[in-house]
Amino acid sequence: MFAKLEKERSLKEQNLLMIAVQRPPADVPEDAPEHCPGTESELAGKADACAGCANQEICASSTPKGPDPALPFIRQRMSTVKRKILVLSGKGGVGKSTFTAQLAWAFASDENAQTGIMDVDICGPSIPTIFGISEEKVHTSSTGWSPVYVQDNLGVMSVAFMLPSSKNAVMWRGPKKNGLISQFLKDVDWGDLDWLIVDTPPGTSDEHLSIVQYLKESGIDGAVLITTPQEVALQDVRREIDFCRKVGIPILGLVENMSGFVCPSCKNESQIFIPSTGGAKRLAQETGIELLGAVPLDPRIGKSADYGFNFLQEFPDSPATKAYLDIIERIQTILEQ
Amino acid sequence: MTTESTPVSRRLSDVKHIVLVLSGKGGVGKSSVAAQLALSLYDSSPTAKVGILDVDLTGPSIPRMLGLDGHGVHQSSTGWVPVYADGSDARLACMSVGFLLKNKGDSVVWRGPKKNAMIRQFLSDVRWGELDYLVVDTPPGTSDEHLSLIEHLAPIHSRISAVVVSTPQAVALLDVMKCLSFTKTVNVPVLGLVENMSGYVCPCCGEITNIFSTGGGEELARREQIPFLGSLPVDSELVTLLDAAESSETPDPESTSFGILHRYKKTRTYPLFQEIVRKAMEGVSVPGSG
Repeated sequence: MFAKLEKERSLKEQNLLMIAVQRPPADVPEDAPEHCPGTESELAGKADACAGCANQEICASSTPKGPDPALPFIRQRMSTVKRKILVLSGKGGVGKSTFTAQLAWAFASDENAQTGIMDVDICGPSIPTIFGISEEKVHTSSTGWSPVYVQDNLGVMSVAFMLPSSKNAVMWRGPKKNGLISQFLKDVDWGDLDWLIVDTPPGTSDEHLSIVQYLKESGIDGAVLITTPQEVALQDVRREIDFCRKVGIPILGLVENMSGFVCPSCKNESQIFIPSTGGAKRLAQETGIELLGAVPLDPRIGKSADYGFNFLQEFPDSPATKAYLDIIERIQTILEQ
Repeated sequence: MTTESTPVSRRLSDVKHIVLVLSGKGGVGKSSVAAQLALSLYDSSPTAKVGILDVDLTGPSIPRMLGLDGHGVHQSSTGWVPVYADGSDARLACMSVGFLLKNKGDSVVWRGPKKNAMIRQFLSDVRWGELDYLVVDTPPGTSDEHLSLIEHLAPIHSRISAVVVSTPQAVALLDVMKCLSFTKTVNVPVLGLVENMSGYVCPCCGEITNIFSTGGGEELARREQIPFLGSLPVDSELVTLLDAAESSETPDPESTSFGILHRYKKTRTYPLFQEIVRKAMEGVSVPGSG
């Protein structure tokens, strides 16, 4: 509906517009009774309208409201971070972590830029494996936890660095996960960063709400949404778009991953995950979000991730490398506007 | 195990087996395996009653896969009526948060406690009735949904078992290890491991490419001493079937099976999956029928 208008405006204006379009209080569930005071309100669970609501007890019993005491510390830490990007996708296994890694490698290829990666996938952290640093541990110094450095200008923080063994499951409920995310933001000695890339778990739940809440004051520059071509994945991405709009995160664009496969033997391209409903292209048109690009499936991407190689550097001739670099360049252009 | 009676245990008193489909990693095919498992069990006997519960609250895929997009749940005096994938036969009951959304693009942005309440309702308020198997599709990870499930199912813990799904690459196997450690901690027996997306056959030249490497799942199963149920190649036909299934599908008149099951039986994956089901069900303690 606003697609035409938006195209002519600068990104900044677009963000403002998006916030304005957002449904009024973000914390009123859509299926809530009329006059719901909102789940974050002082009256949550206690107002007249709450009587009979299935979730009254949950709202009423939650801990006292008020700003999180960690917020000022987070703001201070984040004041030295220039750009913050979220990598999101409603669906799992579409290549969020792989994309995050390529993005970081590409940013870090500029020696003068400092890049940080924060892996908030607490139950299934993949970033350390992809960078080949899964055996590393976090060091504590007087200024906080030091990230693990892949190279001089590329620091990584993940829950995997804190576990006694990679085999152990992290069986945490929401509040504990939120606590760790807040610590990642306030206790990690990120230093001066040009880019902070946040890799997220699938879904739209605790981790996502927390990161958005904690970074609200410092501002999130935008989110990159990753999808694969089939409808089952697109459905989840639609939900993620809805989420971004509800909480007011600007969407930089969509990336279609695993789009087509080139057989190494006959060089013919085939579709493994068939875009039965038009793929990301159609979704981009429907929602007025830019399609940043499509990355073909290359078995070497997965291999590189397993062994911790820099895919972009190892296989510069792959069509996937070109696609990745084009997308990353586009992201940089959008953010520099 | 325990005689404690809760709304959940009363509601599920006539459910013989509960099979959780787990995987630490997302996008490895949990929902696809859960859907196939439900279809195969349904087809295993003309009287088999199967339920499928989708507890992936923020990314429900089961409705789409079974061609039930757009269906709604009805209230009755005895509880929520699940959506029956096979229509009037009412032997394949399906429940998902996807049926409760007004619009398929709506996001469910819930924190833990609300997810917990929803799962409790799915278990205690849905009119599951008598079921031979209840297949539970879970979200990735080992967090709120999983803990809630185990907690609510505690009174009938002895009837729970799990199937673990993985893809062959190291990144996914790492998450599977975590998932196995979870099953040990909560004491749920693992029926076995399925390796999904193991190899892709080029439709043009027939060359098999290991997109996500291969054999990793089998290796892991041996190391962890759990049964290896089998590996499934990437099957574009199956992807399309589960992706584009339309509820308006005209049922095949000459067959007793409904549209999606009928077409599923024609895929290359079907025979492979039957072997997996057979092996998995060996692990289920069989009281009489199986």
